[in-house]
Amino acid sequence: MPAPATPLSDLRPGDRAEVVAVAGDPALVQRLYEFGLFEGETVEFVGTAPLGDPVEVRLGNARLTLRKADAAGVTVRPV
Amino acid sequence: MLTKTLTVALVGNPNAGKSTLFNALSGLRQRVGNYPGVTVEMKKGRFAAGGTAVELIDLPGTYSLAARSPDEMVAVDLLLGRRPEEPRPDVVLAVVDATNLDRHLYLTSQLLDLGTPVVVALNMIDAAEAQGIKINAAELSARLGVAVVPVQANAGVGITDLTRAVVAAAEGGSAATGPAFPGAFEAEVAALQEELGPDVPGFLTRRLVLDVGGYVEQWLVGRHGEGLRLKLNTARRRLADAGHSVPGVEARARFGWVKAAVGAAVARPAERRVTATDRIDAVLTHRVWGTLVFLAVMFLMFQSIYLWAGPLMDGIEGAVGRVGEAVAGALGPGPLRSLLVDGVVKGVGSVLVFLPQIMILFGFVAVLEGCGYMARAAFLMDRLMSRCGLSGKSFIPMLSSVACAVPGIMATRVIENRRDRFATILVAPLMSCSARLPVYLLLVGAFLTEGYAWWVPGLVLFGLYLIGFVTAPLVALLLKRTLLRGATPVFVMELPAYHRPRVRAVVRRMVEAGGAFVVRAGTIILAAMVLVWALLYFPRTDPTGVPYEERIAAAEAAAEANADRLAELKGKDEATDAEKEERETLEAAAAEPDRLNGEWKRDSLLGRFGRWLEPAVRPLGWDWKVGTAALASFPAREVFVGTAGMLYGAGDVDPGDDEQTAGLGAAVKADWAADPVRGKYGVAVAASVMVFFALCMQCASTLAVIRRETRSWAWPAFTFAYMTALAYLGALVTYQVGAAVTDWGA
Repeated sequence: MPAPATPLSDLRPGDRAEVVAVAGDPALVQRLYEFGLFEGETVEFVGTAPLGDPVEVRLGNARLTLRKADAAGVTVRPV
Repeated sequence: MLTKTLTVALVGNPNAGKSTLFNALSGLRQRVGNYPGVTVEMKKGRFAAGGTAVELIDLPGTYSLAARSPDEMVAVDLLLGRRPEEPRPDVVLAVVDATNLDRHLYLTSQLLDLGTPVVVALNMIDAAEAQGIKINAAELSARLGVAVVPVQANAGVGITDLTRAVVAAAEGGSAATGPAFPGAFEAEVAALQEELGPDVPGFLTRRLVLDVGGYVEQWLVGRHGEGLRLKLNTARRRLADAGHSVPGVEARARFGWVKAAVGAAVARPAERRVTATDRIDAVLTHRVWGTLVFLAVMFLMFQSIYLWAGPLMDGIEGAVGRVGEAVAGALGPGPLRSLLVDGVVKGVGSVLVFLPQIMILFGFVAVLEGCGYMARAAFLMDRLMSRCGLSGKSFIPMLSSVACAVPGIMATRVIENRRDRFATILVAPLMSCSARLPVYLLLVGAFLTEGYAWWVPGLVLFGLYLIGFVTAPLVALLLKRTLLRGATPVFVMELPAYHRPRVRAVVRRMVEAGGAFVVRAGTIILAAMVLVWALLYFPRTDPTGVPYEERIAAAEAAAEANADRLAELKGKDEATDAEKEERETLEAAAAEPDRLNGEWKRDSLLGRFGRWLEPAVRPLGWDWKVGTAALASFPAREVFVGTAGMLYGAGDVDPGDDEQTAGLGAAVKADWAADPVRGKYGVAVAASVMVFFALCMQCASTLAVIRRETRSWAWPAFTFAYMTALAYLGALVTYQVGAAVTDWGA
């Protein structure tokens, strides 16, 4: 049985997950797509900034940082 | 062989090594291109490829051609040949990072839509090899339909092959086509193209459909009316119903195409190797170690702008002083000498004195950006800065403004979002800079040291710095909610791989920043200095028509002649009445030059204006002397001390000289003690002046730099207006509350 879908912001450091859906402000969604964060891709949750926000994720060889509120719009399924 | 000059546009993601490649191609033959309406700079360079001259334009780093701001649109327009300043590029040179091909080729696939020949520079090929990534450039070239040249820009490897490929692409002329989009999408684009007419390029019509709320949409809806928006929304809905919703349709088409090409041409190790960046990041973004390293880096940066620049600035000031003396010695007294010494030489000095701070800060910025730490600093500080509506990228510009707003404002170039950048620029001058310190030290020394506990002066200084730390974020928040309101900027940032910063790139950046400041801001600062000099110099004669300079020179000669006798009299323990009388006369004569200077400045144009303005500053507890000195400090805050020195008859006080400053403090205190208001409320008045200087915008250099960075006079004018209003209000409240507390205590 596949793992239940969860917001990207709820992952723990080291977790890897497949992107299921990207939702939110059109400009944000477009920017995430441009970075290669789109449905079907695998992301790794690297960690959270010391002050609690934003979060860091790894996509292939690239590392992205986005705010928790924005990461909450990205639905993933842990693998 | 081509005989005409080729125009080549250099395009790439941030961190693709674009600047390095630009420098490798054009060497030192670079200049800054000027594009009206753009706040980002684009560099232009020249090089020769065989017998062909090439003009290279370095476009700002971008992840996509989906323009969201005027700045981004200029790059797109330039690529389409829609800017009057430049011809349409003959070739687009796309720089991609070989270790991160998928994402970087996304932009390349957009460039293929332009219809211009494209050449791909496969940069950082050495780093890819080190990670076990094997790229078959010939296969990739065949798949993409464009020339692909492996290069290592930082070592100059592959540059000749690259220039050859650029010339060949220009001669070949034909452009490859990028990925195919679904038929339903092409049909919608064709229908809208019909609507818009032939003068809108097909490339922009596609962007119109794809970029929801983007710049092309705003521009074309503004031109064609709301009817277009309706049609656009209907078209997008139809696409969504057909399973091709925007912007997903673009990502799927492009990444599908990119992945097919990369899959055929690139072999990656099955398991991704742990890179040096992974290991470094584990420390630098760590909750404890990351925070400690960050604090240490910020402290080092701050300390170096604040302290290392000090000796250099003293050196510049000393040299300027010697030049002034030399000029003064070569010329007789009169307007020309005064203009050259007090206006021009001091003005040039006040421009040059900023260079150490600017160059040190930009050295730091270049190192931090070059090694990849700048993005980590923004990552660590984002939470804090988001509280005032900004992002982590505003942190370093704001922090460096505590030393000086001029380099701080120049450092806002790291902020891509226009609104965030402008908000940071507008509040940076509120941070308490080092030029305020002489004013604080003068007044704290005179009014809040003697008779107060040892910790009072320090606490007052701390409070004055706190005013900036509290006000700046509040004003930023207010600006972001009002004047600079707009869609919340998307804060998605790449954390680039760590690189060793290159000394040449750092030095180049420092020299460029210093040069740009001197050339663009220097003239305005100089003009402000000369203007204030003239207002304090004219009229130069007393009511009887004798020039003040002659009277002062005569008085100085008289004082000089009697200096020995005065010293002798002062040395006597017991004096006769006649000697006492003689001593008083001689002392008055010794003070005569300063008294005359004070009288001259009192009757100067600025002095007259200051006296006329006195009713406006009386609610702040000020007299016309404080008001005039505040007006005269427009070129730079520390000028307040020197002007106050002249007006209070304490001579031309050097703000850096502790003894002279203390003498002026005593003179101010004595002058105020003789006045019923300022005598009683001296501390409240001193506090009012200090709060005014904490909040005011008396700094021509900062205004000149704001003008330069925003490319508009409106923003410096607004900054001056709001800060002056804030300063007046702050001083008013301080004095009124202070006076009330004094009365209540008495």
